[in-house]
Parts: sequence; C-alpha cells; structure tokens
Amino acid sequence: MTIADPILPVVPVTESAPAPSRQPNRFMDFCRQQPLGAVSFVIIFMMMFAGFFSPLVAPYDPLAIDFASLLAPPSADHWCGTDAYGRDICSRLIYGSRTALVIGFTSSFVGSSVGAILGIASAYFGGKIDDWIQRFVDILLAFPLIVLALVVVAAFRKFSVGGVDVNLIVAIAIPIIPRVARVVRAAALSVRVAPYVDAARAAGYSHTRIIFRHMAPNVVAPYLIMLTAFIAQAILAEASLSFLGLGVTEPTAAWGLMLSGNAADFYRQAPWMILFPGIAISLAVFAFNLFGDSLRDFLDPRFKV
Amino acid sequence: MTVVEADKDVRGRPDAQPGATAPLLQVEDLHTQFHTSRGIVRAVEGVSFSVDRGEVVAIVGESGSGKSVTALSIMRLLPRLTGKIPQGRVTFDGRNLLDLDDEQMREIRGRDISMIFQEPMTSLNPILTIGLQIKEPLQIHLGMSDDEAQARAIELLNLVGITDPERRLDQYPHQFSGGMRQRVMIAIGLACNPKLIIADEPTTALDVTIQAQILELMKNLSRKLNIALIIITHNLGVVARYADRVIVMYAARVAEQGPAEQLFHKPRHPYTMGLLRSVPRLDHPRGSKLETIEGLPPNLANVSTACRFAPRCPFRIPVCEQEPPLYPTDTGSLSRCHRHAEIAEGKITWSSLGGVGLNFAANTEAPVLSVRHLTKHFSVSGGLRGASGTVRAVEDVSFDIYPGETLGLVGESGCGKTTVGRLILRLEEPSAGEIHFEGVNLSTGSAAELKAMRRKVQVIFQDPYSSLNPRMTVGQIIGEPLHVYKIVSGRKQNEERVADLLENVGLRPEMAERYPHQLSGGQRQRVGIARALAMEPSFIVCDEAVSALDVSIQGQIINLLEELQRKFRLAYLFIAHDLAVVRHISARVVVMYFGRVMEIADRDVIYGGSLHPYTKVLLDAAPVPDPTIEKQREPRLIKGELPSHLAPPTGCVFNTRCPLASQECREVIPPLEEKRPGHFAACIKV
Repeated sequence: MTIADPILPVVPVTESAPAPSRQPNRFMDFCRQQPLGAVSFVIIFMMMFAGFFSPLVAPYDPLAIDFASLLAPPSADHWCGTDAYGRDICSRLIYGSRTALVIGFTSSFVGSSVGAILGIASAYFGGKIDDWIQRFVDILLAFPLIVLALVVVAAFRKFSVGGVDVNLIVAIAIPIIPRVARVVRAAALSVRVAPYVDAARAAGYSHTRIIFRHMAPNVVAPYLIMLTAFIAQAILAEASLSFLGLGVTEPTAAWGLMLSGNAADFYRQAPWMILFPGIAISLAVFAFNLFGDSLRDFLDPRFKV
Repeated sequence: MTVVEADKDVRGRPDAQPGATAPLLQVEDLHTQFHTSRGIVRAVEGVSFSVDRGEVVAIVGESGSGKSVTALSIMRLLPRLTGKIPQGRVTFDGRNLLDLDDEQMREIRGRDISMIFQEPMTSLNPILTIGLQIKEPLQIHLGMSDDEAQARAIELLNLVGITDPERRLDQYPHQFSGGMRQRVMIAIGLACNPKLIIADEPTTALDVTIQAQILELMKNLSRKLNIALIIITHNLGVVARYADRVIVMYAARVAEQGPAEQLFHKPRHPYTMGLLRSVPRLDHPRGSKLETIEGLPPNLANVSTACRFAPRCPFRIPVCEQEPPLYPTDTGSLSRCHRHAEIAEGKITWSSLGGVGLNFAANTEAPVLSVRHLTKHFSVSGGLRGASGTVRAVEDVSFDIYPGETLGLVGESGCGKTTVGRLILRLEEPSAGEIHFEGVNLSTGSAAELKAMRRKVQVIFQDPYSSLNPRMTVGQIIGEPLHVYKIVSGRKQNEERVADLLENVGLRPEMAERYPHQLSGGQRQRVGIARALAMEPSFIVCDEAVSALDVSIQGQIINLLEELQRKFRLAYLFIAHDLAVVRHISARVVVMYFGRVMEIADRDVIYGGSLHPYTKVLLDAAPVPDPTIEKQREPRLIKGELPSHLAPPTGCVFNTRCPLASQECREVIPPLEEKRPGHFAACIKV
C-alpha cells in the first residue's frame, strides 16, 4: 500500500451532484487553469503577429543599409542597435520571426509527429515490424543531426511553396524523426500492455483506432516535451544550414543567421548584435516549452479537479 | 511448518525488564492529516489502542479507512510536506515517539520497531544480494562486524525457513520466489530483535498456499520470540486465524475494537456485522445472494458530524446525526454505535436479502464455448549466454461452458488461468488445440465470423484502475463499441444507450461525463462491466474481476454480475484465486495447477468431496473468517513452492508438492479421467 493510497477515495465520487451544464470554453479553461501557459501563449502569439505583419510592425526595412549608423548601440532610434551594415536589428528580429516560426515550428512538428506515429506503431505491432522500424531508426540515429540535414538538402532540389523553403523543413524534420520515435516507443511499450489496450483489442477495434484513439493520447506527454525541445534545435539547425549556405541566405533576416554571420567578428564592439537574437531565440524556446508543458497538463484529465 | 526452531533464545526475555506490565505500544487519540491541493484530508481521527508485548493485533478496514496511515504515523514515515500529526500520543516502551527528533526515530525504526510491506517483489533492492540487505541493519543499528553479521544472517534465514542459507545469502532477489522474498523481508524485520513488527498487508500479494505458510511463520515467530505484531489487512480470514485482538477501522475512525473471538461471533457495530456477512465463505452453506453494504465510504476531505457509517447503515435512527463515542459493550469490546445495546439484545439483525437463486439445472443445450486440448507455449530467450527454453503456460486444457452458466477457474499465480482467458479472447494465439465458440472454430473461421465473435466474447479485467483509458470519459468508453459496431446510429441514440447501460450496472447516467480517475474502484469496475455489455455479448471472461476490490464493494459487484447473468443469459468464465468467491458464483469449477487441469466438477462436489490432492490442499490453506474454526484446525500446510517453468517436473506436475506422491507419479503424466459422473480428476492415486 502506498502512502498516496488513503487519499485516493477523496476524489469526488458523490453520485448525487450532477455537473452543472455550461457551455464549455476550452480556451478560457486553459487560461484559468494554466496561467503560465497563457503567458507563453501570448508571447507565441506576439511572435506570430510580428511575423505575419512584419511590414506594419517593424520600424525600418530589415534590408536597408545605413552607413551613418554602423554598429550603433541601442538607442531611441534603434531599440536593439544596428549591425555591421547599419541595418536595424529590431526590424530584422521582427522579420526573422517568420523564418523562425515557419522553419522551427513546422519542422519540429512534422518530425515529432511522424516520429511519434512510428514509435507507437513500432511498440503496438512488435515483433518483426518493431525490429525493422528500430533498425531503420538506428541507421538514422548514426548520423549527427546536421549531417543528415545536409544530405537531405543536397539530395533534393530546392522546392519552395509561398516563399517557404519546404526542402529545408524536410531536411530538419527527418533527423528529428528517429529521436522522437525512440522515446515515444519506450512510453508506448508500457501503454501497449495496459489492460485498456487489451480491452480494445478484445473488442475487435481496428489497428488504426487502437493506435490513434487509445495509445496516442496516452503518450502525448513525451511527445509534447520532445516537440517543444526540438523547436529550439530546429531554429539552431536552420542557422547552421544557413551558415553553410544551404538554408536561408544573407541578406534575408533570420535569427540564426544574425547570430552566426559576421556577428562573430564584431560581438566585442557590438555585443547587442548577438545579445538580442539570442534573447529572441531563448524567449521563443522558453515560450514553446512552457506552452507545451501547460498543454500537456491541460490535456490530461487526471490533473483536473 | 516446523521451521521455527530457535534453539537458543535470541534476545533477552522482555518480561525481565522493569515496567513490563505497561503496554508496549500505546496509541492515544491519534490524528493524522494530509494537506492536499483539495483541502485537508483527515486520514486518521482520534484512534486509540494499545499493544502488549507478544500480542498479535489486527487492524482491518477497507482502502482509505486509515489503517495504513495509522501504521505510518506510528513509524513517523508520513510524507514530509503533506502529512501532519496535529494531535495524539504514541508511547512506545515509555517514550513518546512523536516527540523524538529524526535521529532518535531512525534508531528506533528497524531496531525496536520494524515494518514488513505488502509487495515482496519491490521491497527488496534488485541489485544488492540478499546477504547484504540482511546484514545492513545489523551493521548500522547494532554495529556488528562483517563476520558477526554474516553469522546472524545465516541464523535468521534458518529461522524463517530458508534452506541452504550460506549459499542463498549471495543470491539476488530475482532468484527467490515471491513467498521466499517475503521470508527474506521477515528475516530483515527480525534482524535487530525488534519488540514490535508492523506488517502492512504482508500476504496480500501471495498465493493462498504460500500465504498460509507465511502467516504460520509469523505467528510462530511472534510467540517464540515474544514479538508484538500489528497486522494490517483487509482479509477477515487472515485476521481470524492469527489475531488476538482486532481493530476495525472505518472512514478514519475506529468503528469497533475488541478480542478476536468476541468481534467475530458477537459483533457490536453494524459495519462489522455487514463486513462479516458480505464475504463469501467456505464454512457456510452458499446463500443465493451475497449480503452487501450498499453505498460508498465517505469523502474524508468533507465529512459531516453525523456517524460516519450512517449513510450506509440500514439501522440508522435520528440520534445517528450525532457522532457516537466508543461505547464499552457487553462483550468487552468497544463499539462506535449508539445502538450497540440493541445489537447486543439481538433486536437488530441484518435482514437476509433472499432473492432468487441461480438455477443450475443440467444443461441440455449445446455449449456456448468449448475448448479442446488447448496448449500455449511461450519461448523465452535472453541473458547474455543466450539461455532459452519453453514455458508451457497452458498444456492440454479442455472444458465446455453452457449458455447462462458460470464456470469457475481457480489456481495459484502462474498456473496458466489468465493465459486460458487470453487465448479465448484471441489476445494470444494458441500453440495447439481448438476453441469453438457457438459452433465456429476460431482457428479456421473466416474473418467475418471472427469479427462477429469479437463482439460476442467480452472481458472484464482485474484492475479497475488500468483497464479504462484515462483519456476518455465514461461515456466515450461505453459508447465506443456502439459506434464502431454501429449498434445504434446517431449521437443522440448513442447517449441514450450509454445512459441505459449505466443504469443497468447501477450507475447514474450523469456519470457519462466523468473521467475514470474521478470514480472509485467499484464504480470503475461497473464501467468496465458496462463496456463489456455494450457489445451485447453472450459470453464474458471475468479475469479476477473482483479481487482488487474492497470486501463490501466486492459483494456488490458479484451480485451485479449474477443479476446481469440472469437478465441477459450470459455465460461467464470466472477466473479467480479466491476459492470462496468462486464457490459463490460458479456452477462448475476447474482447478488448474502449473498449466494443467487437475480437477473439474460441479461446485458442491469440488467444495464438498474433491478428489485431487491439490484441490484438498488449496481448500485447506484458505483462511475462514471464524476464529473458533481457525484455532481448532491444524492446517495441513502444503510444502514447497511452485516448480520452475524452465525445469518442469516429470510425470505429474504436482508430484513435487503432493502428499501422496510416489515413484509412479514422477514417471506417468496422469490423464484427466471421469472418476465419477461429471467429476474429472487428473490423479492416478484416486
């Protein structure tokens, strides 16, 4: 008997009190139950807003070169200072949030979701299928993230939809797949042997239903943690690829590029060149992590009173 | 059991000490609270009792009644942040334990008071040898040298009946069986000559034959070494066999306490009376319907000032709006009931529920399910040396189940009874043999036939906590099959049908919006039953369907299952290890041991005139909640443990433990023969 045991029956079990019927507002519920999540959502929303409406929000053209104020420190004119070409860092950050959100979030989302499905399927079917999927995952895991992304970028033709580099998204998503698949499989293995999965099998449900309806919701915690953690990695991978000339290229405004370009040469004279993009990336990562955690708790019915 | 032969007295006689007349442990007005996010939970309120030297005291109660928390409070092992003891005194050997600092308390734990937990599988550290774990307290508390500790460890293993102790000290926990591990736990508990051992559900995780061995051992040790014993349990049979005094707890308070004999024969509290009536019993003629205590225990975060048991009590009167004190009664026990005197005068008795008995007329119809020569072998491989082998989980099992009938399947853990259930449910593929369901051979049937069979054969699992998907509401869980199999069309009708099913299993329709974690164990099990019923099955496998539930809830669920059986003409395969429960619900019983069927017969024949020695031993080992019967009978303890599946015995699988075994038994596999009409047994000696 565990110590928690005596507390268990305390969970409301009154048979008499019917729940008051009210129009459920999931969004308001989320804000009420997860105030930190709501704050992080506001940050993400602000980033999205800045990304979509960059021309309206940004004080300057991100590409405008101003030789009069090279490496200017933060001031009333340039809130975050300027870089070596006199470009306004604040404006570049605002435009850069497009790239960060689209590439970072999308590639992490695609990679983690495919990885999660692969991981659950691997755990559910077991046997030969599990072996094959896991050996494939092993092969992918043998390559460092950046090397694998390089191979993918090099192997496919450049392909963009609406100005978004799909090629780059795929290149960053693929190395994420095996990493997520491995972790989710471990969690799914314990769900696989739970009696409610046996009950679903005994009821004769289809494999798809069991995987998506009965197993997937119960491994959502590791999935969300991996997803949010990989957003940061994806933004940095995008920067590395850009640095190697395979991703977005100068003079496009991108956070990773701002950190890795000639900022390295000037950071002693102009620390704001790396300070503000660094803060932007950290803030984005922090917000996504926090949001992911809150979402996980919010989605878990066991955390509700 | 003859293992307890401590030829020298291992510690100073306690009665030689001054003040030996005072009780060893005196708990006075103990209050324990948990501060949780949902408010303060008063887990123990005003509990007082005392334990004398060498006395065996049992604390009985349902889960959440505060019995384990009482033990943890004595040991001061409550969770540091949430657990608080605002009031009370725990005097042990002249010292108030609640006043001691952590350092002094640590010296007492394991040395003067030791504790034995329920789960022998997880209470031992898997990466340390048994020897190291027994020697640890000796070296820490008594400052023994390694050699001294080694000698004492060997002596202790001898004491708890483990043979070849020198060699076994170097082994790891996984090399011991569950019963042997519990013996090791007891050896660790005894290591420093404690004055008191607190055993929290010490045998709940063990099989019935092993349980009998362990309890006998503990009782003998307690007598021999004059150690006081507090046994915390929900099993009334265990209490009857071993306790001198019994404390019945209900909703954080003591409901009744007194000498075991009095409490069992003359209970003076309605809860105790109800509890004794709601267990199916081997020593009473089988009633047609189990008596139950209706309702649920109260929520401890929010209790009223009325008698805690009043909402469930059939004898409540206006005065029960006031919390009763513990009244002394005519039998010398204490009862927290205003009407204890009327109970003593016999004015209040539980009325029999009566009800229609199940009609077990001889079946003339075709069996709904018929199993022939069912066999399942698992191949195991593993270890760095590539050790491999075959586990014969199920070997040549055959039986029939008729419409509307319950077939009980009993056996100890590892006997293959659960595997039989899983094979019938097609969760595992059989290695050999055939299963016919309503005339269709499940190994050769078409996909459509199998899909139809899936609907007709349903399952209720043991653990109501893990058998429901935590992410789905009750309505979604029950409504899913309706939707998948298009049993009803449209959302509205689905909801109506779910409400209907919920009412069938005794739940309110509003429950559909709840999540499983918001329900109690019994309610969850009802949801599991409703889910099975949604498919409109004709046959349900009940895999230990009531063994995880509290006694009073267990009775409710058994009655529900019987009621549904009559209503929908369901056939059950009732898999269980509790012989009394199986006797209550089954028409016929199959006894399995080590993958094979030992005996099949009608219920009354199995329980009245069984032939197979294993069945006899099994029935002997089961404790009965009656101290008089328990004290009189000399338990014929079954020797030994289950054999290893990797090295199965030759000939009859039971020959290693059988009292009748001869050379022939080690050579011939006994066939399952019809010894009398309708009575099959696999034994060459009968």
